[in-house]
Amino acid sequence: MAQVERHDAARRRFLADIGRAACGVGAAGLLLALYAEQNDALPAQSLRPPGALDEEGFLGACLRCGLCVRDCPYDTLRLAELGEAPATGTPYFVARDVPCEMCDDIPCVAACPSGALDPALTDIEDARMGLAVLVGQETCLNLLGLRCDVCYRVCPLIDEAITLVRQHNERTGVHARFIPTVHSDHCTGCGKCEKSCVLEEAAIKVLPFAIATGELGSHYRLGWEEKAARGESLVPDLIDLPDRMPEAPQ
Amino acid sequence: MRPGPSNRPGAVAVAERGWLSAHKWLLIRRASQLCFLALFLIGPWAGIWLVEGTLASSLTLGVLPLSDPYVILQALAARHWPETTALLGAAIVLLAYALIGGRVYCAWVCPINPVTDLAAWLHQRLGLPKGWQPKRSTRLWLLGTTLLVAAVTGTIAWEAVNPITLLHRGLLYGVGLAWLVVLAIFLFDLFVARRGWCGHLCPVGAFYGLLGAKSLLRVSARRRADCDDCMDCFAVCPEPQVITPALRGKGEASPIVLSGDCSNCGRCIDVCSKNVFAFANRFEAAPAVPAALPDDDDRKAA
Repeated sequence: MAQVERHDAARRRFLADIGRAACGVGAAGLLLALYAEQNDALPAQSLRPPGALDEEGFLGACLRCGLCVRDCPYDTLRLAELGEAPATGTPYFVARDVPCEMCDDIPCVAACPSGALDPALTDIEDARMGLAVLVGQETCLNLLGLRCDVCYRVCPLIDEAITLVRQHNERTGVHARFIPTVHSDHCTGCGKCEKSCVLEEAAIKVLPFAIATGELGSHYRLGWEEKAARGESLVPDLIDLPDRMPEAPQ
Repeated sequence: MRPGPSNRPGAVAVAERGWLSAHKWLLIRRASQLCFLALFLIGPWAGIWLVEGTLASSLTLGVLPLSDPYVILQALAARHWPETTALLGAAIVLLAYALIGGRVYCAWVCPINPVTDLAAWLHQRLGLPKGWQPKRSTRLWLLGTTLLVAAVTGTIAWEAVNPITLLHRGLLYGVGLAWLVVLAIFLFDLFVARRGWCGHLCPVGAFYGLLGAKSLLRVSARRRADCDDCMDCFAVCPEPQVITPALRGKGEASPIVLSGDCSNCGRCIDVCSKNVFAFANRFEAAPAVPAALPDDDDRKAA
C-alpha cells in the first residue's frame, strides 16, 4: 500500500514537473514569437540592401552576420542594434544618411552567405531597394516653380528613373514648372535623390515598395492596352451615339 | 572539513601543485576565449581583417566560411534554404564540434561564458543560496521551442534575443542596448539561479550538447581510484551531474565523462589535488578499465 502511494506521489510530482516545464517554456516561446512579430515591422525610412528578399523571407534567411556591412565600400549598410526599429542584427541603410552607391559588382550580395541577399541579382540596375516618391508636393522647389533639379541631376539613372515633366505654372500664368517624376520601372531605390534634396526635410523620399505604390485590382484591364494587343477594338460594333456638348448650338 | 589554508575549491591543489598548475586549463581557456574574440575584433579595431562576420556566420582570410549550424537550422525551420556558402560553413563547424565536443563552443569560444563564470565565481565567494534551479532539460525544451517559433513565425527569431550573438555582434558592430541583456544574464546567474543561464536555459548550449554527445575528446576520471572525495571537482564543475557516473563508477563502468553536457572546460583537472582527471579520447576507456580494476578492489578491501 505504501509502495503504491509512493508511486502515486512520484507520478504526481513527475506530471507537475512536466506541466511546469511545458508552461514555462511555452510562455517563453510565446514571448519570443510575439517579439519576433513585433520586431519584423521595418520602418519606412530603413531600406534593405540590394537583392534583399521580401521582408518576410529576409527575416527567415538573414543570419545577422554583417558580412554585407563589412564588404560595403561606402559604409552605407549598418546592422540594427538592439533597441533600434529594424529586426535586431539585420542590415539596413537610411538613404538620407548614406545612400547606396550602386556598385557594379554588388559586393554586399556577393558577401551574403545565406542568400538573404539574392545572388540572382547580377545587374545593380535591377535592384529594387525601394521606390523614390516626391512626397513634398507643397515644398519641392521645382513644384514651387524654381529650377532646383538636384534630385534629377544626381540620379544614377538620370532621364530614366527620374525625368522632368514640364507643366504650366498656374500661379504665374507665364512660366513652366519642371516636375521631378519617378518611374518605377527604373528606380532602384538607391536614395541618392533623397540624400541630396536641399530642403531641411527631403521632399523626395525612398519608401518601401508596398508603401510607395498602389496596386490595381488583378481583374482590371486597361482598354487601350487590350486594344493595342488585339490590334482592334475589343467591342468593334460599338454604336457611336452623338455627343451632347454643353455649348451645343440650339 | 578538509584541512588547509582555505575551504575554497582547488585550495589543496594550489597548495600541493602551485597556483599556476592548479589553474592551467582555466588560463588556457581564458586565452582561447580572448583569442577568438581578438580574431574578430582586430578587424574593426585595427583594420587587420583576419575574420569577418560574427559567430553566426563568418569568413576567415577570405576563404574559410564558418556558420553556426544552430542558426542555419533555424533558417531551415523558417523554410529558407541557405546558399552553399552557409551550408558548407555549417558543415565544417558541425564536424569540428562533433569531434572535439559540442560544448567546447560554450567553454572555449562563447563570449557569454566569462560573464556567467564571473557570476558563478562571485556567487561562490559571496556564499549565496543556489536559488531557482530549473531542470537541466529545460534548455532542451527551449531549444525545441526556438525551432518551433522559427517555423511558426518564418523568422530566425532566437537570433533577435540570443545573448551570445547580441554581445558578439555588439562588440563588432555597435552595442546598442545589448549590454543590458548581458547585465541581465549576469544578475540572473548571480542572484536568481546559480549557473542558471548556461547550465539550465541556454538553447545554444543545448544544441551544442546534443551535437557533441558522441564526441571524441572527453575528460576521463582515469585515476578515480585515487579520489579522496574532497568534492572540489563537483564544486567547480558547471555541469556537476556529468562527473558522477565517471568518477563514482565501479569496476568496468567507463571512467570517461560521456555526457554531452560536459563542456570540456578542464576545471576539474585543475582543481583535483589527486590528479584524477585528464583529457582523453572516448575510446581510450576500454583498455584502461581492466587496469583500474585491481585498484578498485584494493580500495574496497581497505
